[in-house]
Amino acid sequence: MCGIAGLQLRDPALHPRLGELLAAMTAQLADRGPDSAGIGVYGDPELGPPGRTTVSLLDAPPDAASRIAQELSAGGPDGPVDGVRVRTRGATTLVSTALGAFTQGALLAATAAALPDVLVTGHGEGFAVLKEVGDPRAIAERLDLVSVTGYQAVAHTRMATESAVTRSGCHPFSVGPMQCLVHNGSFHNHASIRRELAAAGVRFDSDNDSEVGARFVAHQLAGGVDLEKALRLLGERFDGFFTLLVTTGDSFAVVRDRIACKPAVVAETDAWVAMASEYRALCALPGIESAHVFEPEPEEVYLWTR
Amino acid sequence: MDALTVPALVLDASELGVREVNARLRTLPAGVTAHVVNPAGQHNLAVALDVAARVVLAGPAGYYAGALGRQADVVVTGRVGPGAAENLMSGSVRVEGSAGQSLAASAHGGLVVVTGDASLRAGISLKGGEIAVAGDVGRYGAFLAQAGTILVGGDAGADLGDSLYEAVIYVAGRIASLGTDARVEDLTGADVDAVTALAARAGFTHVDPQNVTRVASARELYHFTTHHAGSY
Repeated sequence: MCGIAGLQLRDPALHPRLGELLAAMTAQLADRGPDSAGIGVYGDPELGPPGRTTVSLLDAPPDAASRIAQELSAGGPDGPVDGVRVRTRGATTLVSTALGAFTQGALLAATAAALPDVLVTGHGEGFAVLKEVGDPRAIAERLDLVSVTGYQAVAHTRMATESAVTRSGCHPFSVGPMQCLVHNGSFHNHASIRRELAAAGVRFDSDNDSEVGARFVAHQLAGGVDLEKALRLLGERFDGFFTLLVTTGDSFAVVRDRIACKPAVVAETDAWVAMASEYRALCALPGIESAHVFEPEPEEVYLWTR
Repeated sequence: MDALTVPALVLDASELGVREVNARLRTLPAGVTAHVVNPAGQHNLAVALDVAARVVLAGPAGYYAGALGRQADVVVTGRVGPGAAENLMSGSVRVEGSAGQSLAASAHGGLVVVTGDASLRAGISLKGGEIAVAGDVGRYGAFLAQAGTILVGGDAGADLGDSLYEAVIYVAGRIASLGTDARVEDLTGADVDAVTALAARAGFTHVDPQNVTRVASARELYHFTTHHAGSY
């Protein structure tokens, strides 16, 4: 069992309430995943400033930002880049630099060079990933989840089955720019697909089955496939149980396996689209009484674009 | 079974919690109506009641709403989650909204009515009783259903009646596809009478009992056949 919650806000008036709404949703799903929790946030200027690229780092050393800044100053054909900004929230350090063709890849490369042992949990413009091991309600407090703002977010509460309870096993898995994947279920042939992806040069952070799903989707997207097609391919290639919520900078997608025993409920109004493992997680959303509510069909890819 | 009956008892689920609500419902005198307010999609509300009382869950309920009940008439004025009316023994569960997956799974008796749609696996392993869904049912409806009757007022999703035993399904709308060993059979006068009676008890006026499709087991999957004799 795991818990999934996600929200894409269409009404800008709700953007300041993103964290408050997500916190209410996540609290209802804490019982489904008591060992770890995490969120991916799109459009919070404090966590991931607009116009800058941000890397999310888990358990980074205190001097992480300065080491990254040094690395950025040291190399690169364009010389030193604009100032590095750093924020911490819970166990996550968020380091950002001005966005540009140079800094987009450079920040990731500099992070890898300066902090080779630090787990990068996400990267992209105006985007942050915060996740850690522990009780989801306590994590939500540590992260000050209610204060989060933005246009889109996903949350996951984890009950580990396929791999250990470690920080690298926490969801969301964000392994491509502004991408998030959260999973309830288990992939059975993940070891085979991991080998295929590894042979194609893909590197992994954990032994987790869900990471293989995220790497598969990221690999497809990087190859030019659109998100809907990538999720169809995942459905064809992966054996096992899954309800997945996958997001990018502009998309919010849900897919379930052909048996669809892992729960999912979608609710939609003019102001937002939301998905959760259980309906009770949607009860606090404004206008839920008149929302269009349904359980997604097996093997269908549901996709909403901003 | 109307939700408008003046209740003898009002229980606030948000204040009492599910266990306390259920404990109080299990002591209801016969003929009494109790309202549970603020159910907020919580699980296990009004489960395992064995009282001849009426319970109205005033709003959406979660998993297993009204499950395991005997005698009681439970009405939910909102949607229900997975496994609503699961293993119902007698009495009724009426959902004024839509139902999550595995509606009335393994129910042995009673009447389950849904005024909206029911999701995947409605009536899975049904062992008796009646299910009436005004709208559509999702994929894998009536999977492994052994006894009882299912009336679908709308359309049925793919793989309807897979591995069906002796339950009978009536569908007013279209059937996406039949599951293994399910087949369409001719509608008899007895079928029309059964659908007429069930639709009336469910309060459905949109179902024409003369124009439903009867689906039952071809009985080729669960009988031993001489074709397999050589395997032993």
